[in-house]
Amino acid sequence: MEKFISLKAIVAPMDRPNVDTDAIIPKQFLKSIKRTGFGPNLFDEWRYLDHGEPGMDNAKRQLNEDFVLNQPRYHGAQILLARENFGCGSSREHAPWALLDYGFRVVIAPSFADIFYSNSFKNGILLIKLETGVIDNLFNDVAATEGYELIIDLETQIITKPDGSTVKFDVDEFRKHRLLNGLDDIGLTLQHTDDIKAYEQRRRTEAPWLF
Amino acid sequence: MAGKTLYEKIWDQHVVRDNGDGTALLYIDRQLVHEVTSPQAFEGLRIAGRKLWRVDANLATPDHNVPTTDRSKGIEDPISRLQVETLDQNCTDFGVTEFKMDDIRQGIVHVIGPEQGATLPGMTVVCGDSHTSTHGAFGALAHGIGTSEVEHVMATQCLVQAKSKTMLVSVNGKVNAGITAKDIVLAIIGEIGTAGGTGYAIEFGGDAIRALSMEGRMTVCNMAIEAGARAGMVAVDQKTIDFVKGRPYSPKEDQWEQAVKAWNELHSDADASFDTIVNIDAANIKPQVTWGTSPEMVVGINSKVPDPANEKDAVKREGMIAALKYMGLTANTPMNEIEVDKVFIGSCTNSRIEDIRAAAEVAKGRKVASNIKLAMVVPGSGLIKQQAEKEGLDKILIEAGFEWREPGCSMCLAMNADRLEPQERCASTSNRNFEGRQGQGGRTHLVSPAMAAAAAVTGHFIDVQDM
Ligand code: SF4
Repeated sequence: MEKFISLKAIVAPMDRPNVDTDAIIPKQFLKSIKRTGFGPNLFDEWRYLDHGEPGMDNAKRQLNEDFVLNQPRYHGAQILLARENFGCGSSREHAPWALLDYGFRVVIAPSFADIFYSNSFKNGILLIKLETGVIDNLFNDVAATEGYELIIDLETQIITKPDGSTVKFDVDEFRKHRLLNGLDDIGLTLQHTDDIKAYEQRRRTEAPWLF
Repeated sequence: MAGKTLYEKIWDQHVVRDNGDGTALLYIDRQLVHEVTSPQAFEGLRIAGRKLWRVDANLATPDHNVPTTDRSKGIEDPISRLQVETLDQNCTDFGVTEFKMDDIRQGIVHVIGPEQGATLPGMTVVCGDSHTSTHGAFGALAHGIGTSEVEHVMATQCLVQAKSKTMLVSVNGKVNAGITAKDIVLAIIGEIGTAGGTGYAIEFGGDAIRALSMEGRMTVCNMAIEAGARAGMVAVDQKTIDFVKGRPYSPKEDQWEQAVKAWNELHSDADASFDTIVNIDAANIKPQVTWGTSPEMVVGINSKVPDPANEKDAVKREGMIAALKYMGLTANTPMNEIEVDKVFIGSCTNSRIEDIRAAAEVAKGRKVASNIKLAMVVPGSGLIKQQAEKEGLDKILIEAGFEWREPGCSMCLAMNADRLEPQERCASTSNRNFEGRQGQGGRTHLVSPAMAAAAAVTGHFIDVQDM
């Protein structure tokens, strides 16, 4: 998993509550044998005017020009600003995979669905919960300024706005540690590499036929 | 000090590190890999730039999606084909040994592990498939895992695990003639229910289990998951050791003595204590047939379809009514009056040589009944197919009107082209009779291979002992 230390990036607004994982990545794309390549189908039903299926050439499909991510001013956005209960619905890990593959590293919202929350951190996405009032202000700022960027620093847990003002955010210590060091579940286990090797060495004598 | 159960012995031997929070880092000796649950695991490794911790601990084969008919034409369905091709590519890239579709050793993962000696007593065995419990028949600790865990084992050779509770299911006494391992395990599930083993590792013991062949023990452990338990196991005895001897992945000459000495310890101590003990009287077990949409909905062949009106529990009653509706059955119909449309003999539960012999014995000199649209036999591996052909079993079966297919999961889960049409009724030797499992709207009755063959030649369920 890729480390997350700090990020300066364009913010895209997703101004609706209860965005569920089927909206993030519709179920027909789950047949894939991959965990990458979901980016072009992120928010598929909103992003395109036709019905998407795996294997289609997305470049040839008709875009919904009104959809926020299709507006040129939000191209290259890596921070998604959202409303409450983002990521509800089925537990599919494809949802964070799709966000990540599109390029999002941070989602800011008043609240997130539970499983989506842990799945996102496991995949290297930072989720930031802020008060509704602060979120409202951010939506206003983003709408008012083309190319609106935020600086997000995980070490200090501070968001810096273009005018230099800052917002502090909370994050669980363990999750922070994992993100800062790029440690996924496997990375955590690999911190015990010495124990695993010592075990193997002992077993090679006790039960050599297993090796 | 109190003695240890078999489960505890294997657990203790595999703890790499106690995490101090009720979980431990457990070392995994063998991972079996197939095409459905491995692609994202391999890709995860690729994205993170990781390698396999121990390449030689992995063994792969495609099974769920492979066609059981002429393979020279390849796989027609593009999604199935892509999964199999992806497995081939991944195994090449990462150096994993794979028995490909055209290899005589290819077959259902749970069949080929033991067949190759890749499953050994005392091992921890995992696979991205719930029926990994099969391998517990060898006195191994074996269970299914999810795709992210598959990747975790590939990268670290370990899993983070919490210890299970232990249950002993003791099948006491002798079974009657014609009663098979499948009947025993269906009877156990009928007794304890599909959630009875949840949170437990089940050890199967008692005279009737000891009397089973290794094939039979695999059938019993295979369905431990259908009783809710992630792992099922049987203690090691001479039969286990004889079965393992001389297989390609078994210990070589110079290590054999040492291995056997260690394996002889793989049984629960006399003074070990289990969290739960269930006793079952072997003599009472009749040939079993499921009537509903869950493996616990099972009765003896001499019984009738149960009547929901006799069920006091309202939730269960509703479940029974729904199951009867889906199955197109009327309460109180004698089981042996139910006619079937198709017969499937195969799956990781019952596709071993002994199963095919049992089916052939019933089929011999008889013909598949005229109301049967399809009766198919799908061996569990290429080697089993070869062995059966050497014994002439294929000829007996074909002569009787059965189709003799190439090895794979086939109609157990209908991921390939083999499936039931809506409302078709099937006598199946597989392990799950869930709605739609063998094809949308299909109606599955789980039985032993002999009972399936008997249904094929008579056109309806019948007590194989009466034939
Ligand atoms: S035979 Fe059926 S139960 Fe066994 S591994 Fe294949 S699909 Fe799963």
